Amino acid sequence: MTVETTVLPGRPNVVGNTLTIARRNLLHIRANPEQLVEMTIQPLMFLVLFVYVFGGAIAGSSREYLQFALPGILVQGIAFTPFTTALGLNSDFTKGLIDRFRSLPIARSAVVGGRIAADGVRVVWSALIMTGFGVALGFRFGGGFAGAIGALILVTAFGITMCWPMAFIGVTARTPESVNTWGFMIILPLTFLSSAFVPIETMPGWLEALARVNPITAFIDATRGLMLGGAVATPVLKSIGWLVAITVLFSPLTIARYRNRI
Amino acid sequence: MGVPAIEAEGLVRTFGNVTALDGIDLAVTEGTVFGLLGPNGAGKTTAIRILSTLLKPHAGRATVGGFDVLTQPAEVRRRIGLTGQYAAVDELLSGEENLYMIGRLLGVSSREARSRAGALLDRFDLADAASKLVKTYSGGMRRRLDLAASLVGRPPFLYLDEPTTGLDPRSRLDLWDLIRQLVAEGTTVLLTTQYLDEADRLADDIVVIDHGRVIAAGTPLDLKTRVGGQVLQAHPLDPADLAATEQILHQFAADGDGSHVEGQVVSVTIADRSALGHAVRKLDEAGIAVEDLSLRRPSLDEVFLAITGHTATEELENEQAQEGSNA
Ligand SMILES: Nc1ncnc2c1ncn2[C@@H]1O[C@H](COP(=O)(O)OP(=O)(O)O)[C@@H](O)[C@H]1O
Ligand SMILES: [Mg+2]
Repeated sequence: MTVETTVLPGRPNVVGNTLTIARRNLLHIRANPEQLVEMTIQPLMFLVLFVYVFGGAIAGSSREYLQFALPGILVQGIAFTPFTTALGLNSDFTKGLIDRFRSLPIARSAVVGGRIAADGVRVVWSALIMTGFGVALGFRFGGGFAGAIGALILVTAFGITMCWPMAFIGVTARTPESVNTWGFMIILPLTFLSSAFVPIETMPGWLEALARVNPITAFIDATRGLMLGGAVATPVLKSIGWLVAITVLFSPLTIARYRNRI
Repeated sequence: MGVPAIEAEGLVRTFGNVTALDGIDLAVTEGTVFGLLGPNGAGKTTAIRILSTLLKPHAGRATVGGFDVLTQPAEVRRRIGLTGQYAAVDELLSGEENLYMIGRLLGVSSREARSRAGALLDRFDLADAASKLVKTYSGGMRRRLDLAASLVGRPPFLYLDEPTTGLDPRSRLDLWDLIRQLVAEGTTVLLTTQYLDEADRLADDIVVIDHGRVIAAGTPLDLKTRVGGQVLQAHPLDPADLAATEQILHQFAADGDGSHVEGQVVSVTIADRSALGHAVRKLDEAGIAVEDLSLRRPSLDEVFLAITGHTATEELENEQAQEGSNA
């Protein structure tokens, strides 16, 4: 470690930096196995509770309700995955790690990007577990293999996109409690006020109007169409529009907040 | 002497209506240790954060290795290592994984990152705990890992923000040794501290700041000369003897200094060490029994008293008491 042999670090490598941070965040699962439980058991619990508690009343039978509800429950479950991004970034700030990262010659987007990339892996994991379990309970794809793959790609893109607004909450909030409060206040009503659990036509007129413009409804309708077979062009296009809009709005806001937070 | 390795001119930074830095000038010579000394809230961390590009100054300019912190922050970051006031390590990774991650972030190959991590863990006496999660580490181990993390990139400039606050005396001495080694290898160190003796032992140059302003600057010797000698303290067994004790000690006060009483303790800054022996005899002759009679180095408060005429804030003592009990 002598001065002559010192070579200064080179220019930041965005992809390499992002992957290093993503790896770090996935390694956290080993120290916190509850995360794995949260990613695996929780979605299954939701699936079982909704299908068997409400199924009979809503759709006449659990089996029929499973066909209707699985895509909705899938999207709902995935909408909650980005809490890890929000809480993780928040804790990196409060523990001083962000100061270390910001003092290193690395890409400024890597810390947020790495979090989101790690959550992308979690999203795929949760989606596969929930879908697999749904199939075991009797769910049948009506849209064929292409539809199933299309649905997986769509929900993964949805999960990654939802990381941006959640990351914004994570870098803005001062405490983990306030991350949870804001996160739930936004995500919970959005997922319920949608076509996830009941057809929106059954809602009172004003709620129906809200549910119709809710972006989550577009994702659920598209996922449902892809998984069951049916018209998908409109909801898929709407979903892509939302993906672009949310990313374009929240990614620069989040990165700016990350850079400038004192 | 050429251009200073780290240079700041007229740094100003406010937070709301608090002025954390009120026009600070610093000039750090390459390959030396520069001590930024001041009580809690003086603005030390704010200065370090500006020099690390984490915070923008509201006025003034600063360069590190000739690169401007405002206009060339990426160049500055390539050359600095920062060990903040609180250990910034990932508790959910092992010590080895923490250092490996930093190496990879700095663009070092996987094999090289492992070898640097291993060498640093050995050097900082963490090899046995290398694969344990950092959340199981003691405070001293975290501090060492934090310092190791700031060295992975082999930075020519190292910032240490209160590196020994809260450490036990032994870990403190070990850390001082490590800092001296790094300087011997050519690193330029900017160190903040609340402890006069730490700045005295380590720093080649010291700047004392208070309320965001420089109140004194010079070598440790310059400062000690200004502060005067050591402090003689006596605690009479019988509180009734307090006034008599003060009268006796007063005779040994250095020029221009008086004795003062705090609680049951009389203290006086003395001109030379022989005062201790004389004081023992005089107290004995007067029939005053003392519970404690001792010589000690001037505290930061006394440095302040000597320089500014007022002591550093009471909060400092509270803070240190708290940190002491957390350690
Ligand atoms: N992020 C911040 N927001 C508000 N006030 C701050 C912030 N950082 C520092 N300060 C204030 O600036 C002053 C100097 O703080 P600091 O630089 O941390 O001092 P030191 O490190 O010497 O203890 C203090 O009064 C502190 O309360
Ligand atoms: Mg500080």
